[in-house]
Amino acid sequence: MSKNIFRFFNKQKEFEQDILKNGMGYSGFYGDSFKRLKKNRMAMFCAMLLILIILVAVFAPVLAPYDPTYQDYSAVLASPGPAHPFGTDEYGRDILSRIIYGSRVSISIGIVAQVVASLVGVTLGAVAGYYGGKTDSIISRIMEIFQAFPDLIFAMAIMTFMGKGVLNLFIALGLLTWVRTARMIRGSVMQLKEKEYIEASRANGATTFWIITKGLIPNCLSTIIVLVTLGIPNAIMYEASLSFLGIGIQPPTPSWGNMISAAQTFISYRPLYSIMPGVAIMITVIAFNIFGDGLRDALDPKLKS
Amino acid sequence: MSAASNIRRNGRRPGMNDTMSKDPLLEVNHLKKLFPVKSGLLSREKKFIRAVDDVSFKLMPKETLGVVGESGCGKSTMGRSVLRLIQPTEGEILYKGKDFMKASGAELRKMRSDMQIIFQDPYASLNPRMTVGEVIAEPLNIQKTYSSKEETREHVLEAMKVVGINPKYYNRYPHEFSGGQRQRIGIARSIVLHPSLIVCDEPVSALDVSIQSQVLNLLRDLQESMGMAYIFISHNLSVIRHISDRVMVMYLGHVVEMADKDELFKDPLHPYTQALMSAIPLPERHSKRKKIILQGDLPSPVNQPSGCIFHTRCFMAQDICSKEKPELRDMGNGHMCACHFCGKMEKGICGEKLQG
Repeated sequence: MSKNIFRFFNKQKEFEQDILKNGMGYSGFYGDSFKRLKKNRMAMFCAMLLILIILVAVFAPVLAPYDPTYQDYSAVLASPGPAHPFGTDEYGRDILSRIIYGSRVSISIGIVAQVVASLVGVTLGAVAGYYGGKTDSIISRIMEIFQAFPDLIFAMAIMTFMGKGVLNLFIALGLLTWVRTARMIRGSVMQLKEKEYIEASRANGATTFWIITKGLIPNCLSTIIVLVTLGIPNAIMYEASLSFLGIGIQPPTPSWGNMISAAQTFISYRPLYSIMPGVAIMITVIAFNIFGDGLRDALDPKLKS
Repeated sequence: MSAASNIRRNGRRPGMNDTMSKDPLLEVNHLKKLFPVKSGLLSREKKFIRAVDDVSFKLMPKETLGVVGESGCGKSTMGRSVLRLIQPTEGEILYKGKDFMKASGAELRKMRSDMQIIFQDPYASLNPRMTVGEVIAEPLNIQKTYSSKEETREHVLEAMKVVGINPKYYNRYPHEFSGGQRQRIGIARSIVLHPSLIVCDEPVSALDVSIQSQVLNLLRDLQESMGMAYIFISHNLSVIRHISDRVMVMYLGHVVEMADKDELFKDPLHPYTQALMSAIPLPERHSKRKKIILQGDLPSPVNQPSGCIFHTRCFMAQDICSKEKPELRDMGNGHMCACHFCGKMEKGICGEKLQG
């Protein structure tokens, strides 16, 4: 009996020692979130897949069996075989090599456009939501102007105005998506800044920087993650649509979008020509979505199982 | 136990002895908070909600000032204005003789560490992305009390023990706790810097009745051991009676009566206070206390009644009440009352009205 009581006290002592030594192994909000993320196998698998896709894009010259722009007129629209695993296109270019090189364009467009859009969107949205008043009115009106145009027509207008090219495509897609991010972040910041725990921080004399980094960002992060992971596939799709319409990435530079666009003529004759870039887009988009979902869950301690 | 006594020792500040306690800890003079109301597109006239209108009081060290009133009377706004969580429109706040209204920058932060708040809703007042340890350590980190993490952790552990949270929950998140436990965490956060003043904004009204008394007793024990003053805001008269030394009754942003607790509950002078008192349920089944039922609703705080703000609902209202505004007068023993008749009324009348 007495032994049991002592065990209880020893246990408590252990807890206390543990806390004093290393805070019970707590590694901060982000460390803790990463621990939760690691437990999510599906998300980790998708993360691996994304890293793999990015590696493919980086090491394209090493991996691709052919130069993606090399035209072999002896093998036009060749069927899949040992020399060309996915066959060749109408100019005799190797489809596998073009898909590998195409990942560079598609992935960089997805990531760069979204990172730019998120940086602009989160900053402007947070400023509008946090300060309110006139600042909010001005930023909101600008957002409304951007939102007044239909997405695709807006992108087309920018591309025709600024000329075709990868950099201009980044800008067009960035301009297209930042408004959505800014609106969402503005809303959540407006809601969060009225919370009592923010008020508690202020009552303790917290600076604006403290409130933003400790109070607002951790609580907004899941929204941002969702927006980014939905936005990256979206940007890849937009690139595909614009290339399909002929104002995106210009041939002979391969992108998954302009490959599908070119393949439509031969869809019944060489189905793999259009299917394979489509599969590449699909895998990338799904991987981003599942990884984003996992990340969002990991960032929310309430969903800890 | 040693941890608890440590907090106790720290709680006794140098210079906090009996001679000091004659100076008020907090002096609030003519505090006003007006919220502008959006008027129509074309009208130029600016309207205001007079949430707190000319409130003055003094708070002694270690004293508990209860603030009662029905919802919408400006209790919470008053509490937050005192801490400048809502910037007051006008008025003077002297804290330990220093002008809190003019403090800014480092001085403001220093003063804020000495004045804390406990919130009503224990679900909204804890950051869902922080563990208990982080929540309690936040004030220490903001104020940069300690340079090492070990010292901070030790202090947090101490605070957890004092408010009665098992240290093994150090790494749990707030959503894993019940309302009462969360409120304890909130209390731990507010005492961790050893403040001299805590504004308790309805700290128990969101809790289960069985938990309410635990939390109230915890607050009282902490006050005894650490020597804080409370501004205790509540709409529950029984809670106020349990914890307060002095009670302030508010109506529509004004103080209508202020007195020592025993004095106020024994002999309420203002008709509004009397009406509130008569609404306390009695434990006896067939008690025959006459209830004073107030007619009508709380008037709009935008268009306040002329004269005495209470005259529209007062059962004793006379002509003078709608014309002249009664001042808050001392009726003896520091019993302040803002009514034209509270001096002329015999004490018995109120008693009769209450006991019927």
